[in-house]
Amino acid sequence: MTRTVKAIGAAAAMTLVAAGPAMAEGTLNIFNWGNYTNPDLIEKFEQAFDVEVTITDYDSNTTALTKIKAGGHGFDIVVPSASYIPIYVRDGLLMETRPDQMENFKHVDPRWIDVDWDPGRHYTVPWQWGTTGVAVNSAVYSGDPNTADIFLDPPEELVGKVNVVPEMSDVMSIAIMAEGGEACTTDKEILKRVRDKLVAAKPKWISMDYGATEKLAIGDWAASVNWNGSTFRARLENPDVVYGYPKTGYPVWMDSVAVLSDAQNPEMAKAFQNFVMDPENAALISSFARYANGIMGSEQYMPADMKDAPEIKVPEEFASVGVFVPECPPEAQKLRTAIWTELQK
Amino acid sequence: MAQPTDDARHGHAEREAARRRVRANWLLSAPALAMLAFAASGPLLIMLVYSFLTPGDYGGIVWKFSGEGWFQVLFSRDIFDETVGLADAHLTIFWRSLELSILTTLLALVLGFPTAYFIATRPREQRALWLFLVTIPFWTNLLIRTFAIMELIRNEGVINSILLWLGVIDAPLQMMFTEGATLVGMAYVYLPLMVLPLYAAMDRLDFRLVEAGYDLYATRLQVLRKVILPLVKPGVIAGSILVFIPSLGAYVTPRLLGGGRNMMMGNFIELQFGQGRNWPLGAALSITLLLVVMLALVVYVKNANKGGAGHG
Amino acid sequence: MADAARAAERPKRPRKPFSVQRMPGFATVAVICFVALYAPLFPLMIYSFNAGESIAVWQGFSWRWYESAWANEQVKEVTIRSLVVAAFASGISTALATLAALGTTRTASFKGQTVIYVMINQPLMVPEIVTGVALLIFFAMIKVATGYTGLAYLIAAHTAFCIPFAYLPIRARLEGMDKTLEAAAADLYATPWQAFRRVTLPLMAPGIVAGAMLAFVISLDDVVITELVKSAGQDTLPTYMLGQLRRAITPEINAISTALLAVTVALLTAIFFLSRSKE
Repeated sequence: MTRTVKAIGAAAAMTLVAAGPAMAEGTLNIFNWGNYTNPDLIEKFEQAFDVEVTITDYDSNTTALTKIKAGGHGFDIVVPSASYIPIYVRDGLLMETRPDQMENFKHVDPRWIDVDWDPGRHYTVPWQWGTTGVAVNSAVYSGDPNTADIFLDPPEELVGKVNVVPEMSDVMSIAIMAEGGEACTTDKEILKRVRDKLVAAKPKWISMDYGATEKLAIGDWAASVNWNGSTFRARLENPDVVYGYPKTGYPVWMDSVAVLSDAQNPEMAKAFQNFVMDPENAALISSFARYANGIMGSEQYMPADMKDAPEIKVPEEFASVGVFVPECPPEAQKLRTAIWTELQK
Repeated sequence: MAQPTDDARHGHAEREAARRRVRANWLLSAPALAMLAFAASGPLLIMLVYSFLTPGDYGGIVWKFSGEGWFQVLFSRDIFDETVGLADAHLTIFWRSLELSILTTLLALVLGFPTAYFIATRPREQRALWLFLVTIPFWTNLLIRTFAIMELIRNEGVINSILLWLGVIDAPLQMMFTEGATLVGMAYVYLPLMVLPLYAAMDRLDFRLVEAGYDLYATRLQVLRKVILPLVKPGVIAGSILVFIPSLGAYVTPRLLGGGRNMMMGNFIELQFGQGRNWPLGAALSITLLLVVMLALVVYVKNANKGGAGHG
Repeated sequence: MADAARAAERPKRPRKPFSVQRMPGFATVAVICFVALYAPLFPLMIYSFNAGESIAVWQGFSWRWYESAWANEQVKEVTIRSLVVAAFASGISTALATLAALGTTRTASFKGQTVIYVMINQPLMVPEIVTGVALLIFFAMIKVATGYTGLAYLIAAHTAFCIPFAYLPIRARLEGMDKTLEAAAADLYATPWQAFRRVTLPLMAPGIVAGAMLAFVISLDDVVITELVKSAGQDTLPTYMLGQLRRAITPEINAISTALLAVTVALLTAIFFLSRSKE
């Protein structure tokens, strides 16, 4: 009995000591979206810099921000969405690492340098970017998919077969832009129309859920508000799936690599920022998660099926209506939340 | 009882013994309470404080007193005409969760009771094995289990394929994204929480009492109701609590199987801590929920014990 | 339906001896429950051998997801971490819950009994996200103050919310378990410890086993609190899977789950046969 107790105690002590992330030199702790980091990329980095890397996942920007704000987390690197970066910067959570002065910065597509959320790239490095649009099964509905009416006023064929992802920000933004407003509008006339439209459309939806890749591929849903990379994967399994860019406006997003101001290993973190701007490494990122990356010259290293995919390469005619939606100011967010609550109550 | 002359001394000794017993009871409970105070209930006091503060611009709180969080639990301002009314959305959402929890508990009980009884009446050396059989499916993650259920009930899924092949139906039945699917899925997810406590209570069922019931010409139903049920009541209470309360806050299963067009209490509160960025409201809502459930629990347990067979 | 059929059949068969344990229909419901519990696992297992990237479109047989899961260091790490946390949390919480159950059942009602009862069940009553955020803030303070960011926080959090799951089955077992046997042991000059070890504990065992098993699966399943409490490099299997939910889930997850199930079943079978050969 006592021997067992002792053994358990010893095992416990060992686990508690050993299982914590090693804080010694030569460790880099990355905090990133789940299933988003190519293990090959990490292995390559570990070998090149003789460092041990840990990857920890998060599932939403709010979770990541809350954890990092609370402190004591032990992370060196975080990969927030563009809309959240100004909040990180405002709260002093990021280190000004000046990626614009790094060696590999020359590979960054000029389009992604002077961005609103980090002008001149003093803090962050592009990781991946994509769009939120609509996916439609063209075997069920052969009309034009490039409209928000796919879910705001579904055509006959799609009634009872449309899904809407439960992402307040994306859905509200598309709906508001379809009514001619700015994504973070506080114009109550517009918002009222948006609410009425959403509430009227809801009975025609089948669900508000994630997991579109499978459900589109297999035909549980004939259409869905969806991300481009997910639609791309669904099309690989079911060629009938097409991606539509709502021509009244659709959200564009980008996740960027940033170093935390309380990083334990800032030098290694900076080395990582430089590392992912290398085209070959950026291609590794994209070939894993299937989104574009913003690094010039990386296309040549990507899998063949990605190069001309209409989901990844935004067609010329729709490029101008893509909008980077910021995190809305509190007043606008309150209105959005109220409408969202009423929609789902 | 004691003679009047002994009364004082006797009473004193009895009181002393009772005091010692109470102290022992507290000592036995203390480690569990300390653990809970450290890693569950204690930190919740932070939430109590937060419910009286002002929401931060991008989540979190600002250290400024405000009663707005609590006001919003019951009342809402119409965003378009600023009129103040009862927050019917909150009540609708709460009622939906409550309804689902009650139905889930009942279904889990109807399915779990015979299952636990079946296990408890196996030969002794087999029981642990059967018990393990109940829990093994739960070694896979909740999400994965729910995905697996979807595989069965979707339009192209296993059940529809079999029924179509047998010629029972001509077109696939729409089972996914229905309320029925949600309920069955919830009962599936929570079944072990019902079966295990029921089994723990049934395992010591004394079948001589059951036999006595039959000797007195009771029918099976009468034996079940008048003999077995009162004896295993602690298990029924424990199982119902374990299913009912957690299912009040559940939302993953309703979303995946029911389609999630309507919010549950769980994701409504989560919305406040996430995109809604209204932590004080989220805190106030959950404290309200806590109080309601606590009250219900105390009343339920008190009543159940009063009418019971003299346990506890 | 099966029952009706059986009822119609019954007169033809020689009557079975009357069993006091039998309840008509109960075995049928139990069998249906067991079948239903395992039914969803089959598609899960089958798709773990899918050659394609989908968990719903069959594209031929392949071991690729087992290979990729085996090659994926992160998958191995999170699986082991989940099991370690669940083992500690269920062990500790069951021990604490057993003590608490001894202190709160089979006793004359005393002041504060309801308070203890409500406090023990408190973790059930608050949505996980709320406990999670509160713990995140509280533990972050300790992490900053002490500099320790190890696994103990996760284990503490899991232990706390597992306590009611362990406590209720044990309590259900203890209630109404009469005290005469222990009194008899005391009369035979057993020390309180001996009486506890030799009499009370064996009698409580089914409740303890049930409680520990519940606590184990509850810990193994937790997402929300873990997601908020974990520090760098502390993903568990569920939080790892949650990260995949919003994008695409691959059959790799099915492969991990299937492997975990296979190991469990193998272990159980081994234990079952070992314990039988001993008897």
